[in-house]
Amino acid sequence: MLKTTFAAMLTVCLTAGAAAAAEIQPAVLYDLGGKFDKSFNEAAYTGAEKFKKEAGVDYRDFEIQNDAQREQALRNFARKGFSPIVAIGFTQATAVEKVAKEFPDLKFAIVDMVVDLPNVRSIVFKEQEGSWLVGVLAASASKSHKLGFVGGMDIPLIRKFACGYVGGAKAVDPKIEIYQNMTGTTGAAWNDPVKGGELAKSQIDRGADVIYHAAGGTGLGVLQAAADAGKLGIGVDSNQNHLHPGKVLTSMVKRVDVAVFDAFQDAKAGKWTGGVQVLGLKENGVGWALDDNNKGLITPAMKAAVEQAEKDILAGKIVVHDYMADKTCPY
Amino acid sequence: MDPTTFLDLAAPVLGSGLRLAVPLLFACLAGLWSERSGVVDIGLEGKMLAAAFAAGAAAATWHSPWAGLLAGIAASVFLALVHGFASITQRGNQIVSGTAINFLAAGLTVLLGQVWYGQGGRTPQLGASERFLALDFDFGVSRLLGGHGIGAVWSEALAGHNILVYAAIAAVPLTWWILWRTRFGLRLRAVGDNPQAVDTAGVSVASLRYRAVIVCGVLTGFAGTYLSVAQSAGFVRDMTAGKGFIALAALVFAKWKPFNALAACLLFGLLDAVSIRLQGTPIPGIGRVPVQVFQALPYLLTVVLLAGFIGRSIPPKASGVPYTKDR
Repeated sequence: MLKTTFAAMLTVCLTAGAAAAAEIQPAVLYDLGGKFDKSFNEAAYTGAEKFKKEAGVDYRDFEIQNDAQREQALRNFARKGFSPIVAIGFTQATAVEKVAKEFPDLKFAIVDMVVDLPNVRSIVFKEQEGSWLVGVLAASASKSHKLGFVGGMDIPLIRKFACGYVGGAKAVDPKIEIYQNMTGTTGAAWNDPVKGGELAKSQIDRGADVIYHAAGGTGLGVLQAAADAGKLGIGVDSNQNHLHPGKVLTSMVKRVDVAVFDAFQDAKAGKWTGGVQVLGLKENGVGWALDDNNKGLITPAMKAAVEQAEKDILAGKIVVHDYMADKTCPY
Repeated sequence: MDPTTFLDLAAPVLGSGLRLAVPLLFACLAGLWSERSGVVDIGLEGKMLAAAFAAGAAAATWHSPWAGLLAGIAASVFLALVHGFASITQRGNQIVSGTAINFLAAGLTVLLGQVWYGQGGRTPQLGASERFLALDFDFGVSRLLGGHGIGAVWSEALAGHNILVYAAIAAVPLTWWILWRTRFGLRLRAVGDNPQAVDTAGVSVASLRYRAVIVCGVLTGFAGTYLSVAQSAGFVRDMTAGKGFIALAALVFAKWKPFNALAACLLFGLLDAVSIRLQGTPIPGIGRVPVQVFQALPYLLTVVLLAGFIGRSIPPKASGVPYTKDR
């Protein structure tokens, strides 16, 4: 009995391996907040769709509804021989570590966190650099000299966004005041637009006229509240300028789409590598969005200021502090 | 701190508290109507959720918040009638039926949303013309009161909300008047306390209870519509986030009386607003308080107040008991 089971398993593994060599079977696992949060997860979706279109290889995806499903979903993908499996979000780390150990022949990738295993590619971004740039723009656009920041879950990663933003804003205007709020301390904080809207309103009441969010689905409420009040919002992760044309100053784009696309592409081309990938301004991993929806808001002077900041960061003249390194923000 | 400065600071918090209290108030009054007639309704949450979804979808389809309101009420009344059928006609267990409605709404909204719009259960984002926006009225009061102190309370806390906020407040005296000053109201309350007496008087218990659950459905319809079409711009999965249950707590708190319900819901809304606003701001004399303290405050206060300060809270006597004629 045991023998036959083992033999069956071996056959499955072998055929799966053979299939993978011929054509890859990629999969994406989204975080809480959902595939269509118009922000972080949606960027991953965009990248996967792009790969599907260009390479003609279909992929599977899964949206978790609660924390318990992370490991289940990953293991389910792994059992069916999917590879590479891209997990979106820092909260997936423990599940990825566990499942990647059990399936050493499959390729895994995780965004926003480092998992130190040979078959895992860890993709992390220098959000502080992109946030610095939108901070520069926010401070230049603000008339009240007061800015707002609304974060999702209160975690070091989000503090990292806030810290870069404060740094960029203070580089333009050292006396500028920045109100910071976090939505909550659980995963629900990524999907609470009502609370996001109330936090934004509270900052607007205190005088803020540009509000940056790093809060996934919650941020939709932030941008809505800013647009309703005639103030400016700043989007995050995906380009969110189109959500309220003329009311979103810019978006801090984090190219999760590129990271997912590259992971799939590398696996297909046989160029897959594990290890840590750090994507910053230099690698085009982060940046600020300029398109038809916000070009009226960005004056030539603002554009010049932000491009100068970009150059300085690339040249190493400005080194944006990484909050995660020592859990403090010097700005 | 002089009173004017204090009022300037407090006014936006009061306004925010009012906005947050509205869905609770609608749901709490809905529960009051239902339970006063003897039908326990634990399905407020589900009805709100279904209404929020229907309202978001209808407002996006017909580009009108009013279409959203109608659809929200229709969806919620339908579920209320299902609950009514189970608990009045079939004399089923009211808790089970209500819980079933909660589960049904939580699953069905996401499923339909995914099938119709393919956005993970979200309905399309609503534009300004598809939502209930803040009303712009003043009646010259600002000029009279000025921009500070009482004037700030007027302009930031009382005026400038959307129409559903005022509808919620208007529903309080209306509920009181119908239930305590009309013959229909007297019978409806009697059917919740002593259905045998009402039956003996030759009035149909079932028809009265059905009318009560329909009103309950209409009110939760308003609550759900407020969430998706006024407070935010579209439906999001699980957007009620337990408000139906908080409304039930408020109902117990309010001893099943409308004006008490207003006070209880405003208190809960205000605590929520305070926890949002005070986050990250230093309090004079104490310093910076961790966010978690404010987040726990509403619950702590509920426990403390329920335990010692409001006295006994007695539900309508026949609440939750199906009525059978012959025993």
